Amino acid sequence: MTPPTHAELARVVRDHAGQLAASLVHLVGDFGAAEDLVQDAVEAALRHWPVEGIPARPDGWLYTVARRRGLDVLRREDRYREKLALVPWPAPPRPDDRLRLVFTCCHPALPRAAQVALTLRVVCGLTTGQIAKAFLVPESTVAQRITRAKRKIGEAGIPYRIPAADDLAGRLAEVLAVIYLLFNEGYLSSGGEQVRSRDLADDAEFLAALLHQLMPAEAEVAGLLALIRLHRAREAARFGPDGGIVTLAEQDRSRWDHDAIAAAGRLIARAAALRRPGPYQLQAAIVACHAEAPRWAETDWTQIVVLYDMLLHLAPSPVAHLHRAIALRYVAGPAAALSEVDGLGAALDGYHLFHATRAELLRELGRADQARTADERALTLTANPAEQTILRQRLNWA
Amino acid sequence: MKYVLMFVETEQFAADLATLDEPERERAYARVQQWFADNHERITHHAYLLPPDSATTVRLDRGEPMVTDGPYVEGKEIISGYVEVEVADLDEALRLAKSWPACPVVEIRPIAA
Repeated sequence: MTPPTHAELARVVRDHAGQLAASLVHLVGDFGAAEDLVQDAVEAALRHWPVEGIPARPDGWLYTVARRRGLDVLRREDRYREKLALVPWPAPPRPDDRLRLVFTCCHPALPRAAQVALTLRVVCGLTTGQIAKAFLVPESTVAQRITRAKRKIGEAGIPYRIPAADDLAGRLAEVLAVIYLLFNEGYLSSGGEQVRSRDLADDAEFLAALLHQLMPAEAEVAGLLALIRLHRAREAARFGPDGGIVTLAEQDRSRWDHDAIAAAGRLIARAAALRRPGPYQLQAAIVACHAEAPRWAETDWTQIVVLYDMLLHLAPSPVAHLHRAIALRYVAGPAAALSEVDGLGAALDGYHLFHATRAELLRELGRADQARTADERALTLTANPAEQTILRQRLNWA
Repeated sequence: MKYVLMFVETEQFAADLATLDEPERERAYARVQQWFADNHERITHHAYLLPPDSATTVRLDRGEPMVTDGPYVEGKEIISGYVEVEVADLDEALRLAKSWPACPVVEIRPIAA
């Protein structure tokens, strides 16, 4: 037997842990107790499977462990024990249950860090240790967040159900924010070199796909899924052989996954047909403009500026404004772009990309000294080694 | 489940209320009355408190009980009243709080079973 890779283990656990959690919450009727059983089963799987191989029916394996453990742990809790003993197997699939799970984990009465940790543990089957490693925080911190969140779910009466129609939009936005945060954590801030036992970008894509499958009529869910897939379709070209970031202009576009890009484009079109535009769909459309351009020089900047205008209308933010200014440079020139960027100084003075963008525009306008000052400021503001390398190169050569 | 919804007034809210003319103030009170009427089946108890300048605080952790004039924290946000409600879960309590037509902050706390 070849031992399963980290990625295979992660994928199998992810495919089944949430399902198991959903079934157990339904059976036991107590979110916290069910969640403990899933965590125990996942930890057992991660001890056994690397040695014994992944079983033919991982869902059955996990369920058997959880059930045995449940009968043991809940010995004094007659009502859970009886329920668990009566459970037929395989448990009939109840698609709504995983949706309830997601909405409970991402309830707005829980702090964001707890929403993230709970979703990863309950829906994606991460262990507390894996979450701690992914976010570079002590394991005890994650454990406390989870314990506190589960206590609050029980004590404050956070329900285990899909929100009512009049609440759904706001609650869904909360879930999407959690998934997007996971994606950013896993994808945009990754250094490209280290192999982790869990790739949060995989988990984010899994969650977005799950949500899209369960809520196909929600346009923003489709938008977020397309956005994630478009970014990931260009993953192979993002880092050079030395681990450094390769800028979009310089990426080898033949290494992009063009089938995935086309599929994401179709997903955006289907979402657009629902006629409920939103920030994720617009961001996906912007990334699609880049991904569909055969060469950097053929990028449709006019369209990108229009999409940023729509995005700023729906969800105004200084960072989106900065990105619009970057696109504007290719439509109206560096002077016009710089005057837009300079207007954002008050909001973005602490943001490295604000200063890095100013530096590029100033250099293009022949104002080299000011450009250096801006690059130096950017360098003091980022801790990301790959970005620091780019800025240092500019300071040395430009 | 039982919850207490604590209504929190801010200085800004009190100032805004003071500038209302008589008909506006009556309409504001009518909205609160309507809220109570709409939710009377869920409300098990409620009270409106007099302003914090009427408060007296007793501290018991400093040897002899210490009595002082005023609320226990000097803050810009003060509890001005509360309702006790009986609802299915936090989502229902949240819906009540979100529809509250008066002061700008509501804290929801479950009552210990």
